[in-house]
Order: sequence, then structure tokens, then C-alpha cells
Amino acid sequence: MSSISAGVVVFPGSNCDHDAFAALTKFEMVSPEYIWHKDTFNRHFDLIILPGGFSYGDYLRSGAIAGLSPVMQSVKNAASEGTVIIGICNGFQILCESGLLPGALNNNSSLKFICSDQNLRVEQNDSIFTSGYIKGQVVNFPIAHGEGNYTAPKEVIDTLEKENRILFRYSDIKGTTGAEANPNGSINNIAGIINAEGNVLGLMPHPERNADILLGNADGLTLFASVINSLSEKKVQHA
Amino acid sequence: MKEPEITAELAAQHGLNEDEYQRILKILGRVPSFTELGVFSVMWSEHCSYKNSILQLKTLPRSGGRLLVGAGDENAGLVDIGDGLAVAFKIESHNHPSAVEPYQGAATGVGGILRDIFTMGARPIACLNSLRFGELDDARTRYLFEGVVKGIGDYGNSFGVPTVGGEIYFENAYKGNPLVNAMAVGLVKVGETASAIAEGEGNPVFIVGSSTGRDGIHGATFASEEISEESEAKRPSVQVGDPFTEKLLLEATLEVIQKKLIVGIQDMGAAGISCSTTEMSAKGNSGMEVDLNKVPLREKQMTAYEIMLSESQERMLVVGKKGKETEIKAVFDKWDLNCSEVGTVSSTRMLNISFDGERKASVPPIDLVLGGGAPVYIRETARPAYLDEVRSFRKEELPETDCVDALLLLMGTPNIASKQWAYRQYDSMVQTATVIGPGCDAAVVYIKGTRKALALKTDCNGRYVYLNPREGAKAAVAESARNVVCTGAVPLAITNCLNFGNPYKPEMYWQFTEAIAGMGEACRFLDTPVTGGNVSFYNESPESAVYPTPTIGMLGLIEDLSHITRSYFSENGSVIYILGKDEEEIGGTEYLKTVHGMVKGDCPKLDLTKEKKLHDNLLFLIRSGWVLSAHDVSDGGAAVALAECCIMNQEEAIGAEISLPAGSREDFTFFSETQSRVIISVKPENTLVVEEYLRSRNQEYIRAGVTGGKSLKINGYEFDLSDVSDRYFRSISRIMEHIS
Repeated sequence: MSSISAGVVVFPGSNCDHDAFAALTKFEMVSPEYIWHKDTFNRHFDLIILPGGFSYGDYLRSGAIAGLSPVMQSVKNAASEGTVIIGICNGFQILCESGLLPGALNNNSSLKFICSDQNLRVEQNDSIFTSGYIKGQVVNFPIAHGEGNYTAPKEVIDTLEKENRILFRYSDIKGTTGAEANPNGSINNIAGIINAEGNVLGLMPHPERNADILLGNADGLTLFASVINSLSEKKVQHA
Repeated sequence: MKEPEITAELAAQHGLNEDEYQRILKILGRVPSFTELGVFSVMWSEHCSYKNSILQLKTLPRSGGRLLVGAGDENAGLVDIGDGLAVAFKIESHNHPSAVEPYQGAATGVGGILRDIFTMGARPIACLNSLRFGELDDARTRYLFEGVVKGIGDYGNSFGVPTVGGEIYFENAYKGNPLVNAMAVGLVKVGETASAIAEGEGNPVFIVGSSTGRDGIHGATFASEEISEESEAKRPSVQVGDPFTEKLLLEATLEVIQKKLIVGIQDMGAAGISCSTTEMSAKGNSGMEVDLNKVPLREKQMTAYEIMLSESQERMLVVGKKGKETEIKAVFDKWDLNCSEVGTVSSTRMLNISFDGERKASVPPIDLVLGGGAPVYIRETARPAYLDEVRSFRKEELPETDCVDALLLLMGTPNIASKQWAYRQYDSMVQTATVIGPGCDAAVVYIKGTRKALALKTDCNGRYVYLNPREGAKAAVAESARNVVCTGAVPLAITNCLNFGNPYKPEMYWQFTEAIAGMGEACRFLDTPVTGGNVSFYNESPESAVYPTPTIGMLGLIEDLSHITRSYFSENGSVIYILGKDEEEIGGTEYLKTVHGMVKGDCPKLDLTKEKKLHDNLLFLIRSGWVLSAHDVSDGGAAVALAECCIMNQEEAIGAEISLPAGSREDFTFFSETQSRVIISVKPENTLVVEEYLRSRNQEYIRAGVTGGKSLKINGYEFDLSDVSDRYFRSISRIMEHIS
């Protein structure tokens, strides 16, 4: 089996880079490496993760400076060539700031940072990110953010809904969405979305934090497994 | 700028008394320069010199089998946990800054303690805290609470260390002077630690990290006086935190240590450049030549005095290996941090400071530091008069109350209620090793690549210590140890943060010496040496002194992940035991305060022999795989502890039917806070072996009931768990969200 090349981008202030890296190392065929924020790259990656944290301190709008960093030019090029990109938490904010995903992440409606276990409803399972889940399944990923309140113009939201690009919504344990189950005020309880091409995912919850049964559950591991399965199938087809 | 003339009066304004000023004249053989006076004043402040506490601290057990670095030797203690790994941990106060500027005060408290850990070469893996405020019905208290919690959260969250536990109490005694104690825990390979030493003539000295500004000048002196009406004007003495730079500093620091490019390193906390240059030189029996013009500044026209005394955050003093200058600079360059060579190590045993071509200070480092020439005092003690008054309490005279109302009231009182309003603002899960997060007996963080985990806890019941400093301090050690035992850990060592009033008041000093005596006794008995910590005196405001609060930070080791035990009931139909025996102790209890409005009596007695036996027996049961849950009986007594066992798992509350043996009065049985008690639950098929073991060990216990259902029944009274749960989990957020 050919190996899958994966990179975890390290911005100054990234602090979930090791956690994402550790989640990837659970898969034998993945050999992850770190990508330094000052470096641009031309080589091919099958998968790139923009990890959580506070890139450049996020003293400005979260992800605003990271969106302009040298490495993001290479990430954009890679995305346009089909590399799979996952932006988690701060990574989602950076994807929005850099234009790879639409919309923005506002302050939580409570105006407070929230760290908690969070139920999510899996909205689609025909994406490369969610193929291992059942449509409508309720999973639990932790959230830990101060700016996770997803917002976008109405026409953007309508498009996301129509094109089935919302992969995860905040819900309660029964899968009911709505204000009660919405931790941060996101429009339509949106927790994670993909781009039109389907190779870029941004989500506020942290799948890498629930990738070990010792820490509660391994719901998050399925997300990485879905991506890695899809990438290895593609490799087999090409071979 | 013309420097003021140096007089005894100016020295007094710097907090130096006449004797101390004379001592400076004698050391130098001349009148000090203005810069020198500033350096002496901060180095001899209580905060840096421990002049009124060090002799007492030396009575504590400060060495033991697993200690690799003893108390006071380095920035934090170091404990061997096997597998070639060691844990660095320490707790420190940031009380005064937080009293005038809660957000920055708390944030920089976290930043300071994290630097103490990574300056040793250890990567921080967990933070905890211990907070004390006035009562939440006061608007300023809510402002302080909100600001402190946000400060702790913003700093730790951005830095990327999980805040895994802590404790918060609300008592009027802390109204004018809140306590903010922050603890950090780090992990390092044995043999890869760094030392806070300057040695080797000609080795280069660097200042790395943030540039130096005017923030925090005289912070150490400010910490060494009582809070007063004028304290508000000292807001500029509070430093400003930058967790982003701290995160970069962490990575760069660990990199230069791991690459073995440096001789020594010390963080700049209190007293900034003054403290780091003198302490590192004194430790290495060396001197240093420092040119302040090479210090990166963020403000214009700073004087030598200001640069020496600045407490700007996120800075380190690094003594590099000669010849490695370029490599050291390359590491800090990579992380976009300042790295400026400001001087060299000398063999003169003098610290020489120059600025604009002028010699501004020339002082012998050894005379400035603790253990060297810094003054050491024993203060007068006197047993406080209030003790007779509070001890006149007779529990028999207490009116009986309805136990149902009382328990419901207690479950929602802020001292007992869940503190999730606060800890949900902390990232408790980053680094993906938090097995048990905030809100349980102790936090559990596992050590990746091993089968081991650490159990961590901060603890102190200040009310107990106020009523009986010696017994109360013993109880603080014992309870924190009991908490980690409940998770399946062996208690290994403690760090302490001693928050007291003005040591020049004999009553305050009596509390201090008594508490140290009790703490020492418990630590010796439980074999948990003190690895270091911090003393915070002068915790007084115009209204009152705080309760004497010797906060304990406990480190426990779980030898195998399979031993990890949670505090809440996990299965229906399991059998509940209470280990230990109730003695109907009501003095100092949460029940007496919340229901009867009294802080009186003596605190519960602690029998260390019983306590240790309980730990050994409980650990045996846990390691045998017979214990489903374990939770200690503390604030609020057995009834509160049982209710917590039912509801602490928010996903699934499990009820119980309990029969507590009747004592002299029902309310005493429910709410007595007798020590050395733990509630466990056991699968029915294991009850025979458990009971047989407990009997064979002469461990006192009662079989109290069984789990199941959606309500808690105690001696015929019934409590609806959704009501109990609502009070427990929501009462603090109701107070904070409705009013703030």
C-alpha cells in the first residue's frame, strides 16, 4: 500500500498541532510532517491540516494574519490542485480568512470562551470527510473556542444548505438542533462546512481530541479514517 | 534625568527599614546609587527574599525518595515518576495584582508560573488554580471573579496548556483581597533539565523574549504591603501579559535547552533583570558584566533604575555557552523573538551594571539573595484573641433544621455548587491527555507513551485554618492527598502557596507558624515532601485580613491507567460504602456557615494514622479492580458528597437509596465534616471480598446503600435529582449571567 503524505501547518501560536499530528500517526499508512508557516512549498501533499490554536496570537480578528502568511499561498495552490485540507477551530477561521471557505467566525454569542463536550449531528455522509459515519448520526467532539459563531450572508447560507455542504451541526444528544443545542450562536447551528469542490473542510469542533477511547470516545477518529480511506482508494485507482 | 539624593528616608519609601539601609551601607562600604537602592529594595522585599518566612519554611520536609530537586534549589521542584521522566510543578500567588486589575493580574500569574516550569526544561502539561473571593452578592466581587476567570482562561487557552482543575471559594474575608494562586505542571526527561545558574567566565548573557517596558516596576514591593485605599493608584505596578509571546518563548527555550546550547536560564518574574542576574550569579558563585544599552526596550527614555526594576513579562535571562552565540540567536530568530547579548559572566563575584557608558550599579550578588546576605527575621507571635470567641461554640445549642431544605440550600451555595461557569471558560482538553478534567476530586492527566497518569489537586479550607491553623493546615494536606488517592493515585509531593496577613502583626505570624507546623506534620506522615512554592504575606485590606490560606498543590502518580477511578456513581445496583467513621463534627462546616450563618467552633480533627490507613486500603481496593467510584467526604458532609456522587456525571445521573446510622442528631449525621472518609461504590459480586479486606485491615466502614433510580433517598428523605442537579450546576451561572 502506498503511503499518504500529510502535513500539519505550524503557525506561531498553533497549539493543537501536536494533537492533530498524533491523531494522524494512529494510521499506519500516514507519515505526517510539520510545515513551518514561513515556508512555501511546491511538493505534493495528499492531506494538509490547519490546526487549532491562536495563530500569531489572534490579537486581531482570529485567523486574519495567518490567512496572509506565506504558507497559505502554497496551501491555496494545493487546494486548487485537489489536496484535501482540514481546518480545525483556528484552522477553520484561517480558511475563512483566506477565502478557501465562505463566511466568518464571530465572537460566541455568550462573549465567552467555551470549552465543553459537544454533540454534533452528521448531516451528510457522501463526503470524503464523513463517509465513515451514518447520515443523521450524533457524534461528540469537544469544542474550545471564543470565536466560533459562524456567520455568512443569506445567499451564502442558502447555497451551503442547497449544495449539502454543511457536514456537521450542533445538536443535543438526540440529534435535535435549535437554539438550546447551539453553543455559540452559529447560523443554522453550523459547526462544519466544505467548499464547493468538496476537498476543503472547516469545522470548529476538535475531532483530534476525541481520537482516543481513553479520553472519552473515539468519534473523531472516524473523520480522519474516512479521509484516509478515500485517499488510499484514490491511490489504488491511480496505481 | 537627575537622580534623587540617597537618604534613609528615600530607602524607607522603597520599603527598606533603617536597619536594612544600614546593612546596605555596610555591604557596599558607601552610599548606594539610585539604581542600587532600587535593586536592594526589590531583592530584599518580602516577595523575593522570604525574609520573614524562610526560617519557618526550613522546618518543612523538603527532601524525599522521589525528589530530584529540592525546595528552593531551582525555579520549581522536580519529582521522579519513573520511565526516565520527571515532573516539575509549582504554585504561586498573584493576589495583589489581581485585586486591582483582575484580568491582567490573573493572566500574568498564569504566565509567571508557566515560565517557572519551562525554564527548567519541562514542557507544561497542565495548569490548576486556587481562587478566593468575597461573596457573590457584591458587585465588585463579581467583577473580580469574572475578570480573574477570563484572565486565567485567555492566557492558558492561547498558550495551549489545559487548565484541568482547581478550587474556588467565596467568603467575606477575601472581599478586599482576593487570592489568585496558579499552579503549573510540566514534564521533562531526567537529565534534560536546565538550571538557573550563571557560571564560566566569559560565557555570554542574553535577554530573550519580550522587550522591556515600564510595566510592573516595583511589582515585588507592591506585593509586599497591604492593600489600601492607595492601591488603585498602583495599577501601573501590574504587568501586562502576552500569551502568544510566551508560547513562542516556550518553544524557543525548550529548543536551546534540548540542543545543549546553554549553561543556565532563569525566567524574569518579580524584580525582573535585578532578580535574574543576581540569583543566577549567586548560584554560580560568579559575577556578571551587563550593559543595559543592549536591553531591547519598548519605551523611550527609560532609566537604568527602570530597566533594572521592570517586570515586563515573557522574558528570560540566558547564560549561553561561549561559541554557541550564533546558534542560540538562530533559534530565537526562528521564533521571531528578541535575543540580545547584554553581557558576560565574570569571576569577580560582582554584578556590574553599566548604562550610557556609566557604571550604574556594582553589587555583590550573594549579598542580595535569599540564603546569602538578604535579611532573615523571626517575628513575634501571639495567639489571636478571636480564637476564644469562636471556640465557645457548642453544637448542642444549635437549633435543629429541616435536612431536606438544608441539603437543597447547600447544593446551590456557591462554595459547594459546581464551578463550571468558570472552568468552561478554560480549555481543559488541549494536548489530548486530560482523562479527568475540572469538577471532580482530582484531575487526571495521562503521560503519553506510558501506562501512567498524574493526579493533580489544589486544596485548602481557609475556614478550618482560621479556626485552627495547625489542624486546618494538616487537613489541607490530608484532603488533597485523599483526593488524589480517590482517583487511584499515590500522593507523591506537594507545592504550597502560603497566603497570610501582615507578618509584623504577632497574631498573623502565629497563624503562619502554626499552619507551617501542621503542614509539616502531615507532609512527614503522608510522605509527601514540599517541593517549593511561594509565600504571600500582607493579604489584608482596610476591611480585614484574609483567612489564613495555605493552599496545597498535590501531585499523585497513577501507576497504571486501569486504576483511574472517577468520583461519580457509574452503575445501577452497585453497593455503596462509606469508609471512615463520622464523629459529628460541625465546627467550621459549610452547613454551619450557610444554614446557620456562623463561622465558629473548632475545625474537624484529623488523625493522621487513620488517614494514612484509609489511603492504603482504598488504593488496594482500587488496584484490585473492585472500586467503581470513589469520592471523598468534605465540604457539606456525607449528604452533599452522596448527592455529588449521584449527579456529577452530567450525562447520566444515577440515584441511590442510603441509610446513614443515626447519631445524636439528624442534621449532624447529614452535614458533619469529619475527615478521613470516602464514599465508594462496588459491584454486588465484589462486596464479599471488599468487606473481608476492610475487616482484615480494621478499616472502619459502613455499608450505606445501593445505587439506582432517579432520586436520592437518605434515611427516608427523598431528593429529586433533576432539582439537585439544577441547583448544583446552574446556581453560579444564574448569579453571574443575570447580574453582570
